Amino acid sequence: MNMAGYNLALPGPGDIYREVLSNGIIVLARSNFNSPSVVVSGYFDAGALFDPDEKLGLSDFVTSALMRGTKKRSFDKIYNELESVGASLGFSSGVHKSGFSGRSLAEDLPLLLNLLSEALTMPVFPKVEMEKLRAQLLTGLAIRAQDTSDMASMVFDEILFKGHPYSRPEDGHPETIQNITRWDLVKFHREHYGPRGLVIALVGAVKPEEAVRQVKRALGGWQVKGQKEAPELPALKSLKKTVSKHHRITGKSQSDLVVGTNGPMRRDPEFMSASIGNNILGQFGMMGRIGDVVREKSGLAYYAYSSLSAGIGPGSWEVNAGVNPQNVKKASDLIVDELKRFVQEGVTADELADTKANFIGRLPLSLESNGGVANALLNIERHNLGLDYYRRYEGLVNEVRQEDVLNTARKFIDPDRLAIAVAGP
Amino acid sequence: MSDTLTQTTLSNGLKVLLKEIHTAPIISSWVWYRVGSRDEVQGRTGISHWVEHMQFKGTDHFPANVLDKSISREGGSWNAFTYIDWTAYFETMPADKIDLALRLESDRMMNSRFDLNEVASERTVIISEREGSENEPLFRLGEVIQQTAFRIHPYHHEVIGDMADLHTITRADLYDHYRAFYLPGNAVMAMAGDFDTKRMLARIKELFEPIPAGSEPARLAREEPPQNGEIRLSVEGPGETTYVQVCYRFPNAAHPDFFPLSVLDSLLAGPSNLNMFSGGISNKTSRLYRALVDKELAVSVHGGAQATIDPFLYTITMTIHPRRKPEQALAALDREIKRVKDEKVLKEEIKRAIKQARALFAYGSENITNQGFWMGYAEMFANYNWFQTYLDKLSAVTAKDIQRVANEYFRPQSRVVGTYAPANGRP
Repeated sequence: MNMAGYNLALPGPGDIYREVLSNGIIVLARSNFNSPSVVVSGYFDAGALFDPDEKLGLSDFVTSALMRGTKKRSFDKIYNELESVGASLGFSSGVHKSGFSGRSLAEDLPLLLNLLSEALTMPVFPKVEMEKLRAQLLTGLAIRAQDTSDMASMVFDEILFKGHPYSRPEDGHPETIQNITRWDLVKFHREHYGPRGLVIALVGAVKPEEAVRQVKRALGGWQVKGQKEAPELPALKSLKKTVSKHHRITGKSQSDLVVGTNGPMRRDPEFMSASIGNNILGQFGMMGRIGDVVREKSGLAYYAYSSLSAGIGPGSWEVNAGVNPQNVKKASDLIVDELKRFVQEGVTADELADTKANFIGRLPLSLESNGGVANALLNIERHNLGLDYYRRYEGLVNEVRQEDVLNTARKFIDPDRLAIAVAGP
Repeated sequence: MSDTLTQTTLSNGLKVLLKEIHTAPIISSWVWYRVGSRDEVQGRTGISHWVEHMQFKGTDHFPANVLDKSISREGGSWNAFTYIDWTAYFETMPADKIDLALRLESDRMMNSRFDLNEVASERTVIISEREGSENEPLFRLGEVIQQTAFRIHPYHHEVIGDMADLHTITRADLYDHYRAFYLPGNAVMAMAGDFDTKRMLARIKELFEPIPAGSEPARLAREEPPQNGEIRLSVEGPGETTYVQVCYRFPNAAHPDFFPLSVLDSLLAGPSNLNMFSGGISNKTSRLYRALVDKELAVSVHGGAQATIDPFLYTITMTIHPRRKPEQALAALDREIKRVKDEKVLKEEIKRAIKQARALFAYGSENITNQGFWMGYAEMFANYNWFQTYLDKLSAVTAKDIQRVANEYFRPQSRVVGTYAPANGRP
C-alpha cells in the first residue's frame, strides 16, 4: 500500500454504512475481510444517571443480569451457545449510557445477534441468578475498597463533582446493592430499555448490507412504548479552593494520588486543543511533562500521567500517580507545579509539532482491529462528528495553535482550585 | 495480497523472520532476547527487567530525552516486556517510518549508556513498580507460591525481583548483564506488515549485521527436582476477600503433552488466551465455573497455562465466596479433577475446545502488532512452526490423550495450594 492510500485506509463516508431502522435503531457497519472475525458493539439510553441514591448500582446490576436468563434460554444455555463457538458478549453500564460488546467468527454472527437481541429485549432476571450475582457484585466492591487506584478515583469524583450525579460510583456501594430487589431490575429494564437511542456497530468479515439485514432480523421488530427520557444534568459547581482528601487503606505499600479539575465536554470547541495540551502535559513519550518530572527526574513513581475524560457532560482533567506513601506530598507538589507552569507558559512550538505528528501518525494504529474501528464508528455517532471525521482528523489537529492550547488550559485548569485525592496508608 | 513468510539467520547469528501483510500501512517490528528472570542468580534478581528499563535511557546516538520522543513523534506505539524466559521490544509504526525503529533497535543492541544517574533514578521507579504490585493480594500470594514451587530452578523468583536486590544491584551489574545477553546470536528479530521483504531484509542486514556476534551467554542449568507431596501455604494481608491458588506442574510448551493439556484447560477453566494484543472469552460454561461459581463456592474461577521454555505451572485461581470456606471450594475442585482422570471427556467437548482456539486465533490475526508478536514469541520457547501448526496439533488430540495427561499432570503430590486470607486486623 503506498502512502496515497494512507488516508483512504481510514473509515470514511465511502465505506461506513449507516442506516436508521424503522424503530429508531441506528446501524453502522464497515467490512474488513482480512480476518474471519466480526465485532458487534453499541450503546443505548440507560445508565447510572437513572439510579436512585439508595439503589445506586442499579443500572450496573441490570446490565450484569441481562444474560442470566431470557424468555428463551437459561443462563447456562446462553453461555453454552456463546462459548461453544468461541464467541463473547458482555454488557456494561456507564453514567449516561449502557453498552455492549461482542465478537465471533463471521459464521456465528447470526447467533451473536440473536443472543444480543434476547438479552436486550426479553431478560427474565431469575431470582436465584440474581442472588448469585449480588454476591459477586459485593465481592467486587470489597475488592474495590482495597484498590488504592479505584478508591483514589472515587474520592476524586466525590470532591470534584460534589452535588452532581457524576460524583457517584456507577457500581454503587455495598448497602445500595443490598437494597436492590428483583422488581427494581424488572422495572428499570421496562422503563429504560428500548430501540430509541440504540446504536449498533458491526465491523469485520461481513458485507454492510448483510450486517444491516441481520440486525433488522434480530432487533428490527423491537418496539417499546414510554421509554423514559434522561433527566437534565444539574449545573456543575466549580471548586472555590483546592480541596484535598486522604482515604485510608492500611497495609498497602503504595498510595494512589489523583490531582485535577474539570475538563471539557466532547462536543466543546476546546476539545481538540485540550486533548493536544493533555498529551503534552502527561502522555507524550514517556508520559509527557508529568512523567518527566515525577518519574524520569525524581524517580518517584512507576506511573504518573494525565488524562481527559470528555463525554456527553463535563468530564475531568486529571493527573494520576502511584507513589510510596512517604512521597505523596512531594509528588503532589511536583504535579501542582507542573500544572502552574502549564497554565502560565503554555506549550512550546516544538512540543506542539511533536504532539500533532503523534496524533496524526497513531490514528491508523488505533483503527487496526475490528474493535478499534467499531469504537471509532460509535464515537462518530455519539458525538455527532460526521462520517468524514477520521478523514478530516489531520486538518482538525493541524488547526490547533499554541495560543489555543494556552487559552484552553487557562479556561479549565486553575492550580489554586484543584481536587486532590489520595488513597493508601 | 499474499502473506509471505521469510526466515533467515544473519552472519552474526541474528535470526530474522519477515511476514508481509498488506492490509494496512502499518509495520510492527519486534526484537526478542533470550534473557529473563530465569537467567538471574540470588542477589541479582530483577536485573533483566531493570536492564529493559535502562534500554529506554539512551545511547550516544539516541539520548534519553530524544529516544522517548522520537517514536511518539512519528505516531508509533512502542513498549517492552520482560518475562521469566525472554525480554521483548516492539515498535508498531506507520509503514514509511519504520526505519527509525530499526535504527533504534540496532543501536541499543550494544550501545546503551547505562548512565549512573539514570540507574539511580530508575532504581526508585522500579521499587515503586514493585510496591504497586505488592498492593495486590494475588501478587503477594503468587510470589510465595512460585518461591515454594521452584526451590532450585531460577523460576523461583518474580520477574520484578526481590526488594533486597532492587536496593543493591549496581550499575556494573546491570551493564554486565546487558553485555552478556544482548547479542545478535541471542536475539530474534520479527517483523510483520506492509513492506517489501527483499528491500527490508537488505536494510536489516545493513543495520544489524555489523554488530559483533559475541560469545554464547552462560546459562543456569538448575533443574527442579520432582516434588514429592502436596505443599500448602498461606499468606495473610489486608482486605476481606479470600483467594486460593492451586498450581500443578505443567510441561514446557515444546512438549507434545502441552496440546492435550491445552484442550483440558479449555474444558476445565475456559480457553487460555495466549494472544498479547487481543482479549479472551468468558468461561461460564467451563466445568470449574459450573462446579464452583454456579454452586456458589467461589465468585470467580480462572485457569491458565503459559508457554515456557522449562516446565512451569498451571494455575487455578479461585476467589472464594464470602459465605464459604476455602476447603469447600477446594473439595469441589478436587471432585472435578478426579472426574477428568476417571472419565473420558466427550468428543464434542474436544471439538468445542478446538473451535474456541480457532476463534481466538482469528481475533488475534486482526491486528498486525499481535501477528508480529507471535512470530518472535513462538521462537522463544519453540519455533514459528509451533504457532502455525497449533490448531492442527489441537485437532489431533483424543479423549484418551486427555485422560492420560490428566492423570499424569494433575497429581496432588506435585501441586502447591496457596491461600490468601484476610488478616482481620492482626498485626
